[in-house]
Amino acid sequence: MLDRTPDDSRHVARDADAKPVRFRGGGFTPATSRWAGLLALVAVLGLWQLIGSLALINPLFLPTPLGILRALYRLAESGALWQHLSASLLRILSGWALGTASGIVVGFAIGLWRIARSIGITFVSALFPIPKIAVLPLLILWLGIGEQPKIATIALGVFFSTTISVYSGVDAVPRNLIRMAQSFDVPFPTIVRKVIWPGALPSILAGFRITASVALMLVVSAEMIGAETGIGTFVLQAGNLMQTDQLMAGILMLSLFGLAVGKLISLLEARLLHWR
Amino acid sequence: MDLIAETISHRFDALDVLDGVSFSVGAGEVVAIVGPSGCGKSTLLSILGGLLQPSAGQALLRGAPPPGCLNPLTFVFQDFALLPWASVEDNVAFPLLHTSLSAQQRMTAVADALRRTGLLDFRTAFPKQLSGGMRQRVGIARALVVRPAILLMDEPLSALDSQTRELLMEDFVDLLADGTMGAVYVTHNLEEAVRLADRIVVLSRRPGRIRKVVTVPATRRARGDAATRAQLLDLQSELWALIRTEAIDAEREVQHA
Repeated sequence: MLDRTPDDSRHVARDADAKPVRFRGGGFTPATSRWAGLLALVAVLGLWQLIGSLALINPLFLPTPLGILRALYRLAESGALWQHLSASLLRILSGWALGTASGIVVGFAIGLWRIARSIGITFVSALFPIPKIAVLPLLILWLGIGEQPKIATIALGVFFSTTISVYSGVDAVPRNLIRMAQSFDVPFPTIVRKVIWPGALPSILAGFRITASVALMLVVSAEMIGAETGIGTFVLQAGNLMQTDQLMAGILMLSLFGLAVGKLISLLEARLLHWR
Repeated sequence: MDLIAETISHRFDALDVLDGVSFSVGAGEVVAIVGPSGCGKSTLLSILGGLLQPSAGQALLRGAPPPGCLNPLTFVFQDFALLPWASVEDNVAFPLLHTSLSAQQRMTAVADALRRTGLLDFRTAFPKQLSGGMRQRVGIARALVVRPAILLMDEPLSALDSQTRELLMEDFVDLLADGTMGAVYVTHNLEEAVRLADRIVVLSRRPGRIRKVVTVPATRRARGDAATRAQLLDLQSELWALIRTEAIDAEREVQHA
């Protein structure tokens, strides 16, 4: 019988024994509160400033946030900040571009051709775990004591991470899309350009985040070992001279640079991966 | 144009999947392939479409393709296989990118395929914005844009709910009505097979061999009538009786694998 009254209320009438079903589905949602993070940051900075202002900790060990900002302002005014920053940026950009370009080429070769995979993975597995900064003395021996060994160190660090993220990305492209393209007789270069490249892009961009951090770490390390200018050199010198406010101003610059790069990559992802 | 499966056999390493399967499908004809899970239906379709080399036997094409045909054997995939980064329009245009068609001819062909599948209003949408049924319509539009001689459909409706399936089956009947396209239709669903096929090839459990070829009575248009439906239900029962025991064995085999 399909003839039923739309109101089935005799079954839903509440009696004394009826209790609401307890909600058990809360939590485990990766949502963030818009203001909580900012408030927490302001609270920590405020507490830090208060501790410094009350002279509870010697500013030689922990300068106040305002002291650090003053040191940063003085550095900017004197031109020293731009001198160090531009030297580091030039090394990072050159090394990152070199490592990324070669990593993308090798990563695609490993992802697309069997021979390249067999040879490439062997070398990548053997060389990737080596801390690249340990190779700097060898690179100085080979390339001299100019900019080249520092740029080459950064390029090496970026190259291996990029290679891995690119061939992992190529591997992760759904095979059904490639089969679909093959079923329409789409030529190999078009499959690479229209299917594999966009399919691997999420992994490649995720790799950019990692390689940006790698480049930042390596430039600071390389500059601490042998350079006259650069944020790494500046931080080391400030530490040696016990100029803690300047040291922390240098660290702040590194942090701001990292944040700016992260934001840039997020913008790139939003533009290129809007389809996700 | 006819597609001929000539004693096709296939094995994956030590596993015999297909054994001497032969049949043919011509213009305007729909041949459904049914059988228990793992009997090699999708493998057979991949071989017929040139995506897999058979261990023995071959797939042959006989006769000239229809006028304007750009890809005689064209797949419609179970999982739609749409490019998630491309709009509906770009997905449908994808098979034309490497052809000799001019930009204007491509646009016309894409618009025609979108119109035939009721997607004109969705041309700028991305796959993630579409329901399963609409995604499969995009898959069908992409297949139609190359004016295929034979459609190779690999369980095209299995990922869809029953209402969408019903609607798309009606669309298939309309698309096949002009008699220019043939189709090989792989399915688990016997109702789809009897609604759409002219002949049903029943495969045995692995290695898949042809157990029986059943001709479906009545035209596709007439199969929606109440009287014909009863007749088709009988045929469906007959097919199920053929497959049931082997389907149970196949299910147990999969569970123990």
